[in-house]
Amino acid sequence: MNIVQELLFVIALGAGIYLFTGKARQIWRNISLGRDVALNDEPGKRFRNLLLLAFGQKKMFRNPLVAVLHFFVYAGFLIINIEILEIVLDGIFGKHRLFAPVIGSLYGVLIGCFELLAVTVILGCAVFLIRRNILKLKRFVSKDLEGWPRSDANYILITEIVLMLLFLTMNTADQVLQSRGVEHYTVTGSFWVTGQFTFLLSGLSDGTLIAIERACWWLHILGILAFLNYLPYSKHLHIVLAFPNAYFSDLRPKGKMENMPAVQHEVAMMLQPELAANAPADAAMPKFGAKDITDLTWKNLLDAYSCTECGRCTAACPANITGKLLSPRKIMMDTRDRAEEVGLNIKKNGSFQDDGKALLRDYISEEELRACTSCNACVEECPVSINPLHIILQLRRHLVMEESSAPQEWNMMFSNIENNMAPWKFSPDDRDRWATES
Amino acid sequence: MHIRTMADYAASGESPEILFWVGCAGSFDQRAQKITKAFATILDAAGIQFAILGKEESCTGDPARRAGNEFIFQMMAQNNIQLLNAYGIKKIVTACPHCFNTIKNEYPELGGHYEVIHHATYLQQLIDEGKVRMKEGGSFKGKKITYHDSCYLGRANNIYEAPRKVLEALDSELVEMKRCRSKGLCCGAGGAQMFKEEEKGTTRVNFDRGAEAVATGASVIASNCPFCMTMLTDGVKEQGKEDSVQVLDIAEMIARDLAQGN
Ligand code: SF4
Ligand code: SF4
Repeated sequence: MNIVQELLFVIALGAGIYLFTGKARQIWRNISLGRDVALNDEPGKRFRNLLLLAFGQKKMFRNPLVAVLHFFVYAGFLIINIEILEIVLDGIFGKHRLFAPVIGSLYGVLIGCFELLAVTVILGCAVFLIRRNILKLKRFVSKDLEGWPRSDANYILITEIVLMLLFLTMNTADQVLQSRGVEHYTVTGSFWVTGQFTFLLSGLSDGTLIAIERACWWLHILGILAFLNYLPYSKHLHIVLAFPNAYFSDLRPKGKMENMPAVQHEVAMMLQPELAANAPADAAMPKFGAKDITDLTWKNLLDAYSCTECGRCTAACPANITGKLLSPRKIMMDTRDRAEEVGLNIKKNGSFQDDGKALLRDYISEEELRACTSCNACVEECPVSINPLHIILQLRRHLVMEESSAPQEWNMMFSNIENNMAPWKFSPDDRDRWATES
Repeated sequence: MHIRTMADYAASGESPEILFWVGCAGSFDQRAQKITKAFATILDAAGIQFAILGKEESCTGDPARRAGNEFIFQMMAQNNIQLLNAYGIKKIVTACPHCFNTIKNEYPELGGHYEVIHHATYLQQLIDEGKVRMKEGGSFKGKKITYHDSCYLGRANNIYEAPRKVLEALDSELVEMKRCRSKGLCCGAGGAQMFKEEEKGTTRVNFDRGAEAVATGASVIASNCPFCMTMLTDGVKEQGKEDSVQVLDIAEMIARDLAQGN
């Protein structure tokens, strides 16, 4: 490799990493727009979730076949990143297969494994493309995905296939060159997969083979750098964020709703005025519930960025199943879209300038929010430990407490509880009538 | 059977083993009252000293909280906690998964700490301990039964096996619906939906669930929640099967087949 190539490589690598960290910092900033919640208790349980849910993909195994394919793609992709380490070092130092002499005979085994993984990645991606575009599974044809999200999913799968094919072609050409003793091509012995296909290229001249090998090498690494920079704009960001998201997932029983200490305090004062004397004078009137993304917690926003738009939540949602507007996947996509919009606003104006919009109504309608039965099916299904219900309930709180907006029947229910201690209009005196009737 | 209230116990200086938290549906809904009575009958037959709060009980606040009205929830919750604490209550059993969830998971951070048990779990314990025994050749023996997981017992609190164990005691044949346990389909009543019309859709949640339950061919749909009871009963009616398929709470099923001399 000549010095020009080395230089170009370092520039490409530097630019790729620079751009990525820039965008990653924006996402970090957007997530930090959420209000604070402490999610650091019980690290033991949290690590368990990280291992089981993120590394072990426990939830995926609710459907074993898909889980295995996804696991191939995931493991393949992660492990092949080790290969990238060598590529990067080769690129910087103008070497070829830097690790081969160091690892010795194990090297061929290692590359053989990577090749097998590359093949499984291709198979997995191909099946996923078929499921999405030919079999048209219900959760993939939903209107939530119209436009960009659908193409996004396909781009990723196609890119992964192309990257793996480049890697395999590169190795094939490399081996023919090795066998001819061409200078610079370290002899490693035959690789498991591509070793079987060298005959395809054996008719080509040294020069053509070198050109093929180099072209694949460059396209492979440039493709990976491009992919890295595509990630933050894509649902594929879940390959990174699924890990912290599993760690910070809720450890409490799913039925438990988040408490509102401000309201708790106010009601305590009403019920026991004697406490009020030594209570500190209340500061600013707190906001109740969430209207926009800044009212949600940072975990809700991390959820939104982690969502892989798989639609398992929506497929299990009783409201969605029965034709209502509500789709928990859309709740997550809306939250991410709004967070991006607010982030761009901040980037442009230095700080957030009111744009007359909010997550509530401009993205998520009352009708959607009203349809939720709080059944937790979405939370149960999500393979990435996302909680759409938490967002729904906070938006509902805003509707009812800040805007007094509730269906008439709910208002009746509220006043019944307040006046009769039960959601129905019965006399509290009749509460134990059943005990005296036969 | 004479049902004593906490006030009765306090007046005589005694304290009961458990408080039976009846809940709004169990108190006022005519169909759910039968569940309440059945459960009280079982407790009585098992020789458990229990009390109810009677007129002193209030809504836990669950539907208000889930609809978004935290103020009303806090008012109900704090009042209830004051009352429970004043009576020194330690152990609460309830036949309503919503009451169970709220008192167990949401009252502690407001100062209400109790051992809270749903009646499915409690019935299983009583059966295991031999305090509740079933008569030979009961009315469910060999019958096809399907069980509907309520969201607030199942996914919300991870209780799937206790109600199934209780059904086992009846010697019936349990057939599962396709969507069961953690994949169970909601009845459509949770999250305060019970108290309003559903939003516009292609069908109702309880119709969908009712159809699925009926399709198992079971003659009894077992439930453990007064709200599921209402929803499923309507779902079965919609299928035109109200004459051949019954919806029963597990407590009613147990109460029906109690052995003599329990
Ligand atoms: S909790 Fe709400 S959004 Fe989630 S599945 Fe149930 S009804 Fe749908
Ligand atoms: S919230 Fe979870 S289950 Fe729903 S689409 Fe996103 S990743 Fe899939």
